[in-house]
Amino acid sequence: MGAADPLVVETVTRILGDLADPQTVNSTTDQAWRGPLWAALEESGLTRAWLADDLGGAGAAMADGFAVVRASGAYAASIPLAETLLAAWLLGGAGLEAPDGAMTVAPTREKDAITIGPDGRLAGNARAVPFAAEADHLAVIATQNSSLMVALVARTDCQITEGTNFAGDAHNDITFNGAAVVKLAPVPAGTKDGLAMIGAVARCVQMAGALEALLDMCVDYAGERVAFGRPIGRFQAVQHELAKLASETAAAMAASGAAADAVAEGSTFDDRVFFEVASAKVRIGEAARDGAAIAHQVHGAIGFTAEHVLHRYTRRLLAWRDDFGSESVWAARLGAMVAAAGADALWPTMTSG
Amino acid sequence: MSGKIAFDPITLPPEAETLRAEVRAFLDAEIAGGAFDPSGVGGRGPLDRDFSRRVGAKGWIGMTWPKRYGGAERSFFERYVVNEEFLIANAPTQGHFVADRQSGPVLLRYAADEIKDDILPRITRGECTFCIGMSEPDSGSDLFAAKTRAEKIDGGGWRVNGRKLWTSYAHHADYMIAVLRTSPAPDDNRRHGLSQFLVDMKTPGITVTAVPNMAGQHDFNEVLFEDVVLPENALLGEPDMAWKQVTAELAFERSGPERFLDTYQVLVELIRVLGPEPDLRGAEGVGRLVAQLNSLRRMSISVAGKLAAGKEPVLEASIVKDLGTNWEQALPAKARDLAAFVEFEPGNTPGFEAVLARATMIAPKLTIQGGTREILRGIIARGLGLR
Repeated sequence: MGAADPLVVETVTRILGDLADPQTVNSTTDQAWRGPLWAALEESGLTRAWLADDLGGAGAAMADGFAVVRASGAYAASIPLAETLLAAWLLGGAGLEAPDGAMTVAPTREKDAITIGPDGRLAGNARAVPFAAEADHLAVIATQNSSLMVALVARTDCQITEGTNFAGDAHNDITFNGAAVVKLAPVPAGTKDGLAMIGAVARCVQMAGALEALLDMCVDYAGERVAFGRPIGRFQAVQHELAKLASETAAAMAASGAAADAVAEGSTFDDRVFFEVASAKVRIGEAARDGAAIAHQVHGAIGFTAEHVLHRYTRRLLAWRDDFGSESVWAARLGAMVAAAGADALWPTMTSG
Repeated sequence: MSGKIAFDPITLPPEAETLRAEVRAFLDAEIAGGAFDPSGVGGRGPLDRDFSRRVGAKGWIGMTWPKRYGGAERSFFERYVVNEEFLIANAPTQGHFVADRQSGPVLLRYAADEIKDDILPRITRGECTFCIGMSEPDSGSDLFAAKTRAEKIDGGGWRVNGRKLWTSYAHHADYMIAVLRTSPAPDDNRRHGLSQFLVDMKTPGITVTAVPNMAGQHDFNEVLFEDVVLPENALLGEPDMAWKQVTAELAFERSGPERFLDTYQVLVELIRVLGPEPDLRGAEGVGRLVAQLNSLRRMSISVAGKLAAGKEPVLEASIVKDLGTNWEQALPAKARDLAAFVEFEPGNTPGFEAVLARATMIAPKLTIQGGTREILRGIIARGLGLR
């Protein structure tokens, strides 16, 4: 990713390394690690990276926020860090301050509709909202008299269905019947598309970070595990699988970097940004699928145990594919756009950014 | 973070995009003038030396090389743009492609001054065609098994005997850069003992025989060397150390857009037959292909950035070629599936079926030429520290 502040990268890596070591987290049965971790992230201002200084945020660049999210992927961290960053971005874009604590955003699916009624209260549903049950507040895009608004809502005012994603992290359907609005402001044009795109890119950089860590784990393991008298990494069949994992990781790194740059540098969420984001979410979803499968094959039975840390990565990689639009959803959108523009427009479109 | 591989995002600089417009205008004029057919698939088109001369006159061959050798001292990114635009247009670059990509840089690095002064300006003018003499009847992927010998002649020069095989475009080439055995390989280092040579294809004792391929094209050749005498300065670089020089060369050879755009026309014609409002299956299928292609292009440009910075990204280049050639090879089959329910009527698909057939025919070679899939995965594994 272009130009993330090295200090931001160093800080988030240190905090996650100290307080969210994946093996340690995997070995504990309680959730005691969460409190100190979140406190340290909040203290450092990282959870407010995308909120302007004058709204109480860190006023950091988009690239810095993506670097934070990427690091959370590299540690397979099961905390609503990306979601809080997104919520603060959404609130800040509408000129609203963000409250302390964890947040998430809704809706994350194109067809979910939330409205604000004449009574000033929310109505409607949002499905599969990441970490809704663990958030203190939700930043919601809702329609009021056919205008798009951003509303801040307390989680305790919403009906939250219990549920988890494939990785076991909170992932909930929400019913907003009568939920009170804490703060409300009109959103700037393009914000709804923007949230979908930034959310998708956040998952892209998380998956890329997780794949990089996964590659390291697999290469290390293949060098240590001995079978038939030599490390399994000496066998050509295993080497070729790891080469494929490296290639999938590389694709994820390149695609996530390009999409993050497109979002960071674009002044609007136009077709050019859409093209890069859609490409990345599709390609990285595929890389996550194939990468997770290879990682398990290389690790054999031990990688299928609850005790081993591998599943913290593979389950999140597979789960994150579904958030903010699966690869099928983005591919269909991208394909429709390409088809509408016509066959001869593809190359000019691809080379326009 | 890993640090094993690096693919930093690169945005092409403004001068590259300015050049792109110029290149497109040139190609449009060439197509309008009937110079070539833009609807083809794969390969470098028929040999068209006049076209290469016109490209040379634009300053687009050897464009990153020093001006004293006829180059333009332009950036790798500008070269990248010229390369991809020519590929997309299916321009007939056979007359200069290999020399521009690969042979010229080898000469720049290893050839004697008098050779550089003689040959490099001719390459940049589009007057000089190269081929690469690596594979032999008993040595393909296993380059280090090459047997064709170059023996030192008392009083100067080299005598070459042996046979190269699968040598693309040797029948048109003015020169070959050949990997020849100058010493037997010691037991403890089988890579040792090969050297790179510049071979003038007009030298007596060289016989080129066509080896037609299954697609009906004449690209491959057998090149027989019988007591071919090369001058002293034909040796390029260090004797017996070709393996090191060739490894560096491969970073240039393996990461370019020619490693994923050879069947691009299939995607274009697929989009055309599916129409402006494809069903969900068609839209999703096209979307995935476009996403994969765009990601490959981003990876390839990222490697170009490393080359521009003077690095030798052998690992990253191998990754691009492995993913890229697998993608362009699989594309015809995927396009065939996605177009399966299109109501074909006479006249509504002039391009698709012809392009699909040609691409399906050339598909097998894409993961073989320039380093097989298996060799590439071995290089990647080595880069990961596994061997």
